[in-house]
Amino acid sequence: MNLAAELIGLEKHYDLGPVVVKALRGVTTQFAEGDFIAIMGASGSGKSTMLNLLGGLDRPTHGRYLLGGEDVSQLDDNELSQIRNKRIGFIFQSYNLIPQYTVLENIEVPLHYRPGYPAISAADRRWCAELASRVGLEDRLDHRPTQLSGGQQQRVAIARSMVNDPDIILADEPTGNLDTATEEEIMLLLHQLNREGRTIIMVTHEEPVALQARRRIIMKDGVIHKEDFGQHLPEEIAVQLPA
Amino acid sequence: MSRLFRTIQLGLKNLLLHKLRSALTMLGIVFGVFSVIAMLAIGEGASQQAQKQVLELGATNIIVISQKPAEGSKNNNANTSVLTYGLLRDDYRRIRETVNTIVDATPIREFSQPARYLHRNMDIRLVGCTANYYSVNHLKMQSGRFISDRDQEDTANVCVIGHEVAKTLFPGEEPRGKAVRIGQVFYSIVGVTDHRTASAAIGGSLSGQDYDKDIYIPLETLRARIGDEVMIVQAGSRSSEKVELSQITFRVGKAEDVVATANVIRETLAKYHADKQDVDLIVPLELLEQAEMLKRIFNLVLGSIALISLIVGGIGIMNIMLATVTERTREIGIRRALGAKQTDITQQFLTETSVLAGIGGLLGVGLGLSTPYAFAMIRWIAERAFLNQSSKSGSRMFEMFSGLEPVVSVWSLALAFGISVAIGIVFGIYPARSAARLDPIEALRHE
Ligand SMILES: Nc1ncnc2c1ncn2[C@@H]1O[C@H](COP(=O)(O)OP(=O)(O)O)[C@@H](O)[C@H]1O
Ligand SMILES: [Mg+2]
Repeated sequence: MNLAAELIGLEKHYDLGPVVVKALRGVTTQFAEGDFIAIMGASGSGKSTMLNLLGGLDRPTHGRYLLGGEDVSQLDDNELSQIRNKRIGFIFQSYNLIPQYTVLENIEVPLHYRPGYPAISAADRRWCAELASRVGLEDRLDHRPTQLSGGQQQRVAIARSMVNDPDIILADEPTGNLDTATEEEIMLLLHQLNREGRTIIMVTHEEPVALQARRRIIMKDGVIHKEDFGQHLPEEIAVQLPA
Repeated sequence: MSRLFRTIQLGLKNLLLHKLRSALTMLGIVFGVFSVIAMLAIGEGASQQAQKQVLELGATNIIVISQKPAEGSKNNNANTSVLTYGLLRDDYRRIRETVNTIVDATPIREFSQPARYLHRNMDIRLVGCTANYYSVNHLKMQSGRFISDRDQEDTANVCVIGHEVAKTLFPGEEPRGKAVRIGQVFYSIVGVTDHRTASAAIGGSLSGQDYDKDIYIPLETLRARIGDEVMIVQAGSRSSEKVELSQITFRVGKAEDVVATANVIRETLAKYHADKQDVDLIVPLELLEQAEMLKRIFNLVLGSIALISLIVGGIGIMNIMLATVTERTREIGIRRALGAKQTDITQQFLTETSVLAGIGGLLGVGLGLSTPYAFAMIRWIAERAFLNQSSKSGSRMFEMFSGLEPVVSVWSLALAFGISVAIGIVFGIYPARSAARLDPIEALRHE
């Protein structure tokens, strides 16, 4: 079994002057390539902190983070930026699209920061348009985020997360702002990405959503409290996925 | 290259998103650049004007003029007294004989008089001069000849009249061969000078000169026929002035000798005129240096004012960019999460301020090119304002003002544009850096 990522004794402390908040207090776990993981736990238990470290948005105070076998816990800001660009796809609860950009331009954003800054080619544009049509937005390419529903915006974010063909997709409560029907659409897309072999690590509050993952990690006070395995797909999603 | 183009495109796009805001921010730079160009153009114009005037007076000339002593320094008994002052023929002789750097000298005696031909009258300036007055003052003949050395020796009753004198006293007639009457004496006309643009006043001590209303006669003739004493009728009162020479123009052989020669002349004159203060010395070369100094001061003072307005424009840019960075914190977080390095963010915002300042700079350059027209318009308005107000200082200022043509030089355009872009970069650095230094996680959380 190949590992997409491995955390060894990971700690994250926030020094607030008089007090030090220990958001993570020693997390050790492995994420298998192609797995679909849900991270759960009470508010303040350290879920987002862990996801941010996995995404290379921050560095651990102690411990090691191996991404595809390579230790990335001590990289500098530029190197981390490259990791985020090439190997990580982010999906946020609040979509985080750039408001003045169209759907297509939003999907293109990661291309602007590729190593060596190559110009965006016609092939790149076709690829972005193809991603848009894969999330069902082929006729919305020129729309701006404000002209789209929440579910549509999140689909743009999913297309954007795919543009540089990342190893891991990190999603922080991707359905947190959506109604049940829309939630189902988004989860279906994530399942499709996972079926393609992409590792998905997703933070969620909702039990039914978490049950759709293959593995659940329950955080408590900055450490892994419990884990369990097994996937329970709702009928509506199961029928739409390839066997 | 494509990357720079892309960032500029992105910058333009963001600026167009807030058109009014961008335009207002730009305004500071536009007027800053405009004022830099306008100030430099006026300074350059003033300097060129001074150079032209000095060239006209002759860079190697030293001009000595008789000056009426200040009122009250002489106890002149009201109507009847004779006021004696000014340059003496002895001064002329002394200087001419003792100062060997002088190659040529042109003494004149001049005063205003009415001239008459048949029933026609005109107030003219009667100038008793020598033959070389012609070349010293760059005169040209329209017809006939100028006063000659022969005329001088013969104390001939001949005269040369100015362009306007000819037109006024001899409309549609040939003046040559006819005689004009000045006082009790008739002078037969041997030539008419061509039109010559009036020279502007210099530094307040040499008044502007309208050569077209002159009548020239040999200096020796003037001395013999009229003498040194001239009756002046002014505001109903009569007074007589006794002046031997009104002005002497000395020409020095080499430019490097001018200052030393001027000093010698000054000393020589001081011996005989110190207590009366009835002569003045004008050295065009010194005027040129004064003009250059004035230009430097002018450029420095006005340039600083213009620069301050540019800096204020820059502060405006910085202010808006800081607000923009706060407003776009979320966007910065998104870009960082998607792989933007700190330098990418810095570059993005720096490009935005530079593009803003650059466009402002270009508009300012455009406005700057209109300086001569704007100046002409201001002058037009000022002329009308000054007409009603005939104060002495007002008219002197106006004289300086009216002769001035702003000169917009290419280097000043380049300089002003360069400064504007530099201002954009300098004042953009802080906001851009603070944008780049935002913590991506914090930035993403920003509402
Ligand atoms: N930047 C920060 N500065 C200080 N404390 C922080 C910061 N980020 C998170 N924390 C603290 O770390 C703990 C874990 O936070 P977080 O990972 O966001 O929890 P969760 O996502 O599980 O709700 C919380 O107590 C939170 O207050
Ligand atoms: Mg959280």
